[in-house]
Amino acid sequence: MGNPNVGKSVVFSRLTGANVISSNYPGTTVDFSKGKMRYDGTKSTIIDAPGTYSLEPSNRAEQVAVNILKEADIIINVVDATNLERNLYLTLQLLEQNIPIVIALNIWDETQHLGIHIDIEKLKSLLKIPIIPIVALTGEGIHTLVSQLQNASSPPHIKPTSDEGRWIEIGTLIKQVERVEHRHHTLRNRISDLTIKPGTGLPIALAIIFFTFWIVRLIGENLITYVLDPIFELLYKPLITQFGNTLGSGFLYNFLISQSPGEINFLESLGLLTTGLYVPLTLVLPYIIAFYFMLSVLEDTGYLPRLATLMDNIFHKLGMHGYGVVPVFLGLGCNVPGMLATRSLETRKQRFIAATLLSIAVPCMAQTSLIFAMFSKLKTSLQYPPFFYITIVFTTLIMIYFIVGYLLNKLVKGECPEIFLEMPNYRVPHFKTTLKKTWMRIRWFLKDALPWMFLGVFLINVLYTLGIIEYVASLFQPLMTGIFGLPGETSVVLLSGFLRKDLAVGTLLSFPIGTFSEMQLVIIATLLTIYFPCVATFAVMIKELGIKDMIKAAVIMLTVALFVAISLRLILIGN
Amino acid sequence: MKSKTIPLTELPVNTPATIKNINGGLGFKQRLQVMGIHKGQTIKTICKQPLKGPITINACGCQMTIGRGMAQKIEVETTR
Repeated sequence: MGNPNVGKSVVFSRLTGANVISSNYPGTTVDFSKGKMRYDGTKSTIIDAPGTYSLEPSNRAEQVAVNILKEADIIINVVDATNLERNLYLTLQLLEQNIPIVIALNIWDETQHLGIHIDIEKLKSLLKIPIIPIVALTGEGIHTLVSQLQNASSPPHIKPTSDEGRWIEIGTLIKQVERVEHRHHTLRNRISDLTIKPGTGLPIALAIIFFTFWIVRLIGENLITYVLDPIFELLYKPLITQFGNTLGSGFLYNFLISQSPGEINFLESLGLLTTGLYVPLTLVLPYIIAFYFMLSVLEDTGYLPRLATLMDNIFHKLGMHGYGVVPVFLGLGCNVPGMLATRSLETRKQRFIAATLLSIAVPCMAQTSLIFAMFSKLKTSLQYPPFFYITIVFTTLIMIYFIVGYLLNKLVKGECPEIFLEMPNYRVPHFKTTLKKTWMRIRWFLKDALPWMFLGVFLINVLYTLGIIEYVASLFQPLMTGIFGLPGETSVVLLSGFLRKDLAVGTLLSFPIGTFSEMQLVIIATLLTIYFPCVATFAVMIKELGIKDMIKAAVIMLTVALFVAISLRLILIGN
Repeated sequence: MKSKTIPLTELPVNTPATIKNINGGLGFKQRLQVMGIHKGQTIKTICKQPLKGPITINACGCQMTIGRGMAQKIEVETTR
């Protein structure tokens, strides 16, 4: 247990060896995770709780933390040593619970160059519980922490008191144990000020966002062109072609290699071992790597809360507050963690708007990378450069985010409280931790995406072989053409989008060139984001919103999809 | 030496002040309190976002961003 952003999850990983995501902003952990620890032959279960400032929860993540407390036999209270005074409030509340407790005084290394001196022995004797200074990031002090767990105690001299009472107690404690040297503005403070003052902060924010996505594209594209594409084309293709030859033509060849004879085209062949591997590994993975690396850097420096502060005004117009920018950022990677991040918003109205907008207007990296791939593949047959079409898709989505958000703010009942967010100190990202986090997220993608992609390609193969795809296409032909001016095949694309959005774009690409006009592709790419979340996101969304609100959200999605598709048809195609 | 209380919103940037009173409901007070914003605490504003945007403050050794409406309810007295 502990305040938000004190490093509970890092301590947890250290104790259990389990991998959990940790960052430098409050609200990274919104649910608990359990892990096993073995020490001296005894096994114990460690629970990592979301951060909370007190035992009176103000949002759902804090509620989770308070509920977990009831299960605990021993509390490890992680305290930010650079912020002792504020952290002690929760400590006192925890001490009142009569559960044995140990304090892990984290971020101990920073106290020195911040000029903070804490008399641990004194604090120990005053609180009568073990207090261990640690540096969770490097693992310093963790061993002592573990060995001290058996000495955890709940001192009887701390009696429940009022809120004011606690602060008076803390005041006396702090006077006895802490001495703070006055330090001049450090470089970090100066950077912090620059990034938060509107005059300099807004241009810096724009530059950082632009730079982030520029780097993502740069890394992603180069990985594809110079690493993964050559591997597939030069090494894998001869192998799989040979394998195909030994299979001969027929049912197995169609499923595993290609639906059409001749040279293998990884994008269109729809074979499990060709398209099924090529799309997730070559087209999506490089962007996933690039995006999560940049996201991890942004998270670990502590920039996101500053961005939230700058964006607060805009997000208020959308019925949220500045923190609403965090689900969007996470959602650009994958909508599932984005959905979970909405828990840090306080009211039902805010969470509903944040979740609905996320599912409507924020494409995940898997989908984004395939939209890039689609337009660059068609480069030669396009009238304008690919960038032109991609810009239309994303500008439309951004506009939808703001317009729908504005309308929802007016329509949804409920309160939108003001922002109340802690600014963590800037930190230089710990390189190994950042890489490890990127790797964890990539592995999560591989474990999650590959099976779904396989299943999807498999299903489409079955449907194709049985002729169901053509049947569905012709069945929906009147509807699709009548309302949206799109070919019947679109229905197949949209249906596969329920499974995974990248699969849907993959399906789109498997139709012969010329099935769709370029503007129709733009409309379909946009529509794919809006109309409905993929099954994984859908499941989390039901859990977060409840069935009733989910139905409302679904109605909004379909309405927006219908409206946008018709508008785009009128604007882009003109009939 | 003059002493008068003003809402936090009117406190000039980078001027230390002491919190004299917090108006508002119990829940609101409690939320501020657990983050270290309570009577007697020294506080200063770091910057104010334009157009009635949020205010970033420093209290209890750490920076926080709070809404303008919240800041309006915090009465402070400048120490000098």
